[in-house]
Amino acid sequence: MTQARNSKRLIEGQHLLGIESLSAQEIVTLLDLGERYVEVSRQIDKRQAVLSGRTQINLFFEASTRTQSSFELAGKRLGADVLNMAVSTSAISKGETVLDTAMTLNAMHPDILVIRHPSSGAAELLAQKVSCAVINAGDGQHEHPTQALLDALTIRRRKNRIEGLVVAICGDVLHSRVARSNIHLLNKLGARVRLVAPSTLLPTGAQNFGVEVHRNMREGLDGADVVMMLRLQLERMSGAFVPSVREYYRFYGLDEEKLKLAKPDALVMHPGPMNRGVEIDSNVADGVQSVIREQVEMGVAVRMAVLDALARNLPGGGNA
Amino acid sequence: MMAPSAKHSSGRKAYLNARLIDPAQGLDGKGGLLIEDGWILAAGPKVTAQSAGAGTTIFDCKGQLLVPGLIDMRVFTGEPGNEYRETLATASEAAAAGGITTMIVMPNTNPVIDDAAIVDFILRRARDTAIVRVAPMAALTKGLGGEFMTEIGTLQEAGAVAVTDGNKAVANARIFRRALAYAKDFDMLVVQHAEEPTLATGVMNASETAGRLGLAGTLAVSEVIMVERDLRLVESTGARYHVAQISCRQSVEVIRAAKARGLPVTCGVSVNHLVLNENDIGAYRTFFKLSPPLRSEDDRRALVEGVQDGTIDVIVSSHDPQSADTKRLPFAEAEFGAIGLETLFSASLSLHHNDGVPLPRLIDALSAKPAQILGLEAGRLAPGAPADFTLADIQHSWTVEDHILRSRSKNSPFEHRTLEGRVLETVVAGRTVYAYDLPR
Repeated sequence: MTQARNSKRLIEGQHLLGIESLSAQEIVTLLDLGERYVEVSRQIDKRQAVLSGRTQINLFFEASTRTQSSFELAGKRLGADVLNMAVSTSAISKGETVLDTAMTLNAMHPDILVIRHPSSGAAELLAQKVSCAVINAGDGQHEHPTQALLDALTIRRRKNRIEGLVVAICGDVLHSRVARSNIHLLNKLGARVRLVAPSTLLPTGAQNFGVEVHRNMREGLDGADVVMMLRLQLERMSGAFVPSVREYYRFYGLDEEKLKLAKPDALVMHPGPMNRGVEIDSNVADGVQSVIREQVEMGVAVRMAVLDALARNLPGGGNA
Repeated sequence: MMAPSAKHSSGRKAYLNARLIDPAQGLDGKGGLLIEDGWILAAGPKVTAQSAGAGTTIFDCKGQLLVPGLIDMRVFTGEPGNEYRETLATASEAAAAGGITTMIVMPNTNPVIDDAAIVDFILRRARDTAIVRVAPMAALTKGLGGEFMTEIGTLQEAGAVAVTDGNKAVANARIFRRALAYAKDFDMLVVQHAEEPTLATGVMNASETAGRLGLAGTLAVSEVIMVERDLRLVESTGARYHVAQISCRQSVEVIRAAKARGLPVTCGVSVNHLVLNENDIGAYRTFFKLSPPLRSEDDRRALVEGVQDGTIDVIVSSHDPQSADTKRLPFAEAEFGAIGLETLFSASLSLHHNDGVPLPRLIDALSAKPAQILGLEAGRLAPGAPADFTLADIQHSWTVEDHILRSRSKNSPFEHRTLEGRVLETVVAGRTVYAYDLPR
């Protein structure tokens, strides 16, 4: 135990439902705190006391290995009691709604509820009905705020800044909560965001999101500082958003040749899990420009930062 | 049409000193209304205490508005099948409080109103339990399955006023054409829910807002192409065709052009689409999840213009009761629909107060036009018409709260909103079915 509780308020809200509602200052504060937790996570004794006595429930309505284990580790390193609840889709089909489940858990007095759900707005709905802090770990196609924070921390550590960088977000933007959260965050911190995707994988009105939109990947990558690849949701291929994986890879897959159009020191990122040979070439994914594994490390650190910041806003605050 | 004789009020009554608006007769001015045994004897400036004669019960309207009772052409109830959401009785209580004297109920029930026996069931239940008039539209296809035409002639004889698949579009062009041709022989009105189902797969308007919220959108074009397709079929069959509700600017333009070409087409709009827009969805508020979806402010303005110039014939509530189990869900999983019987008139008045739509046109769209389209004898204050009318104070403000709403379901998009204008009294067949106590 190396750190006592701190009651200094860092962010305004009770919950973290999205990046959209955070200010630039709050984002920077979370990144700074994340930076500290990177160091903590590299120590031999990683345990902190800021969440001791607190109960954190990870409520996952969608399967997720990396996000759930990242939140679990983050909570445990901060001293919380962490309970993982994977709610199978069969429980939902039995008629129990997301609110029923949440109300049941709420009665067990958790302090923090981490929720992932396949429907946009589910975290918001939950936050209206429970008394604890809610962290959105991904809701449908809406937001995935901790992913955007960990991406930003990764970029900032490598490039020493975010402002002014050209960031190309490529692939299935339409179905991506990662893209939406990153657009909000990067815009708030002054980066220049490009979206690179075929028209069928772009949301309506994307050109009004404060971004440049490119249908041609070569143009979209030209001079980019960061290339952020998105997972092509193969399970959505039945909707025929693109004609084939083969054609998709040809025009929108990141290979060494297309990557050459970006700046020589451009970072290659991917939120995972990757489809090698679909949206990204294996050599690129494992190449020198790739920071994909670093993203995973930053994930634990920013989630510790978010848990810490929200715990300070809980009743009883930091010195309970 | 059912209004039980037991509910007819006997004796002669005069409602004097009112502002009368009766679009069917072009009446707009001071006057009175004389009724007897559930029927109208006279209406207009010549109805006075003297002309009413001895033995007449006199009511002083104190200058308030008196209009033909409203006719709501699009009402979903839960009877039969989902009575916990709404019965004909509870819907009729809400209707009465909203100044509605005739509800046209949709066939989307369980069982579906696709058989003369179910039409008869609705009419009998209405006679026994409802306090306003009720008439059903029957299904256009059996079981709302979109495949086999119902017995349109028999349904009409049983009392169905039109055929429609309610909130489901008849997507198959061959089936729809055949139904139009057949309905034409009976001069039966065919009502369509215009949404091309292979395109209308979203949960809100396809727009920047949907993109930001991460919700699947439905483009306005999914409605427009269905309307345009149907109009071609109407042109080739000559059947009377009514679009239940339109939601976007392009549909207004398409209908306007079709009317100019002389096609037998009419259309409606829900008051929700006239007063609200997609931004009201805010943080995933499911009471604003409607089908067709709320669209942009530009679309809303075009719809208001459509009402104003008569391109859009009628305004409906599209009352669709949903309970917590279907609405307290993430937006994409929640059901479509909003209740609206009790707020139809008050919300519609905002078109008069804020958008400059003349009151007579508004009353026309809420009463005279639906009667004309459906061939009902109500919807006017003419001698010999049923004594169905509504008294209202168009200035009186009230706030919509779920505990004061009479509907069994509370999914009102106007919850917590203050509306200007309020129904004071509703009379069906000469009998007062609703009276509001003005706070002093």
